[in-house]
Amino acid sequence: MTATAPPRSDPEAGPPSGKSAAGGRLRPRIPDRLRRVGLPYLLLLPALALELLIHIVPMFFGILISFKGLTLFFIRHWDTAPWVGLDNYKLSLQFNKTIGKDLLHSFWITCAFTILSVGISWLIGSAAAILTQDAFRGRALLRTIFLVPYALPVYTAVITWTFMFQQDTGLVNHVLHDQLHLTSDKPFWLLGNNSFWALLIVSVWKSWPFAFLSLMAGLQNIPRELYEAAAMDGAGVWQQIRKITMPSLRPVNQVLVLVLFLWTFNDFNTPYVMFGQSPPDAADLLSVHIYQSSFVSWNFGTGSAMSVLLLLFLLLVTAVYLLITQRKRGDADV
Amino acid sequence: MFRTPEQPSPMAQPKSFHWTRRIVLTILLVFVLTPVYVMLSSSLKNLQDVQGSFKWIPSSLTIRPYIDIWKTVPLAHYFMNSLIVSLSATVLSVVVAVFAAYAVSRYRFPGRRVFTVTVLSTQMFPGILFLLPLFLIFVNISNTMGVELQGTKQGLIITYLTFSLPFSIWMLVGYFDSIPRELDEAAKVDGCGPLGALLRVVVPASVPGIIAVAVYAFMTAWGEVLFASVLTNSSSRTLAVGLREYATQSDVYWNQVMAASLVVSVPVVVGFLLLQRYLVAGLTAGAIK
Repeated sequence: MTATAPPRSDPEAGPPSGKSAAGGRLRPRIPDRLRRVGLPYLLLLPALALELLIHIVPMFFGILISFKGLTLFFIRHWDTAPWVGLDNYKLSLQFNKTIGKDLLHSFWITCAFTILSVGISWLIGSAAAILTQDAFRGRALLRTIFLVPYALPVYTAVITWTFMFQQDTGLVNHVLHDQLHLTSDKPFWLLGNNSFWALLIVSVWKSWPFAFLSLMAGLQNIPRELYEAAAMDGAGVWQQIRKITMPSLRPVNQVLVLVLFLWTFNDFNTPYVMFGQSPPDAADLLSVHIYQSSFVSWNFGTGSAMSVLLLLFLLLVTAVYLLITQRKRGDADV
Repeated sequence: MFRTPEQPSPMAQPKSFHWTRRIVLTILLVFVLTPVYVMLSSSLKNLQDVQGSFKWIPSSLTIRPYIDIWKTVPLAHYFMNSLIVSLSATVLSVVVAVFAAYAVSRYRFPGRRVFTVTVLSTQMFPGILFLLPLFLIFVNISNTMGVELQGTKQGLIITYLTFSLPFSIWMLVGYFDSIPRELDEAAKVDGCGPLGALLRVVVPASVPGIIAVAVYAFMTAWGEVLFASVLTNSSSRTLAVGLREYATQSDVYWNQVMAASLVVSVPVVVGFLLLQRYLVAGLTAGAIK
């Protein structure tokens, strides 16, 4: 993003001619130099310190814990917990035993959920952004309404959906059974296999507006003349969308899909608010699964090992994704 | 609300395009608004109405749920907690991000790339990975240094402010990059130091970007559930956790739950919708490059 900055003259590295005339005259030379070199670091210090305290240090701490047998018994004095080497990882990855099998199941559920949710959200977001690109009556209002799911706090939106999915008092069954007579009885949406689809619908509902918002911003950067030139050449609306809009959006899509993937794969809020601490098997997403392994079964060592495995997986996917998309982008630029 | 140039399309659009647009946008409108309607209509129903089969039209309208929500659960208390936590996290996050973004945008120094990559990559950490370690660190800081972070609003504030920091820095770097450096130079010629140039020239010129970042930070803090459920206790509990209490009784008062959800949503939704064009403008300048 910022790496492509042209080699512009650094204001601080220029000849020290008039600069120190105002304030630096009385100061000795070396502290002045130090001040100049140190300033960017000083500006970064608060951000760096906070990131270290909240993200970086806990992450390494988490990796450390994953090698320990940390259970509730040791929580007051975590440093006395025994060192167990790779036992936690072995436990998590033994797919023929209960813990490993459940983790693998949860992993596949999460993969399916993420692919569907990101795919559908991206599709809806693109469609809505492209269809509202040209002015028509009511467009501004429509765009505003489309952003409501993004603006609503996650938990209020998910609670409302939970109410709609109630078996006997919810809107979904009222419409499907009472009004459209599509089902012979009222199905349970928050239990059993249906819970996967219920979760997916809620997830799409609240993530597509972000895709819409990003793509809308991307569309505003496409020069109008491109469309005019294409229209001169006789390209219809559909052809313009295919030949101009979609290729121009590629850089936006590259970032957008990755961000949506990471958010959805790590999503904790939606399943947790919908199902609480013990979700049905069909909707057992990884983050809640790990939360349950850590805070409900009180086995923090195993929970940490699972988190580390999750992080490694995400790093791998991200690296591969960036590699592939960058190469494609490079090809397209030539 | 969006100020995009209202130009006519370069060429007449075919009927198929108009019909696709009408149908797709109508379906989306229904999809988006149904939960909003359910929230609003159910919050005005009496208890019998929400306990029986769903009704599109309430049999009678009552504002009773809006009175009861404050008694069933100490909602006002949670509301204040959420407000204090979110506002503090927002202000601090914006200040920290402005300084960091200025350094990244205006200086070339060793470690610059490492910093941006590290900060951005924290976005992908699963929250669950550092939740427990953070909990233990907070407990240890309380024990050894006497700074109460576990179960307090301070702890939640510094946690939340780092959640929005990576995106905020990224977006502001893009924004600052688009401000001509000649403006900084001019300010320096006039006798401002680097900080003076930042505060007098760069910050005023990037107000839309800063508003966008603030909106994002506030929404992030207001909606977070995972850390709120572990890092708070009954006195520092925020809405994200407190709202669940309507449902832990044997009976769920759905009309009250919906009323409370609506009350909780209004500040963020109104704020967001009023400021959304800044967010779009900020995204255009910062994120889309």
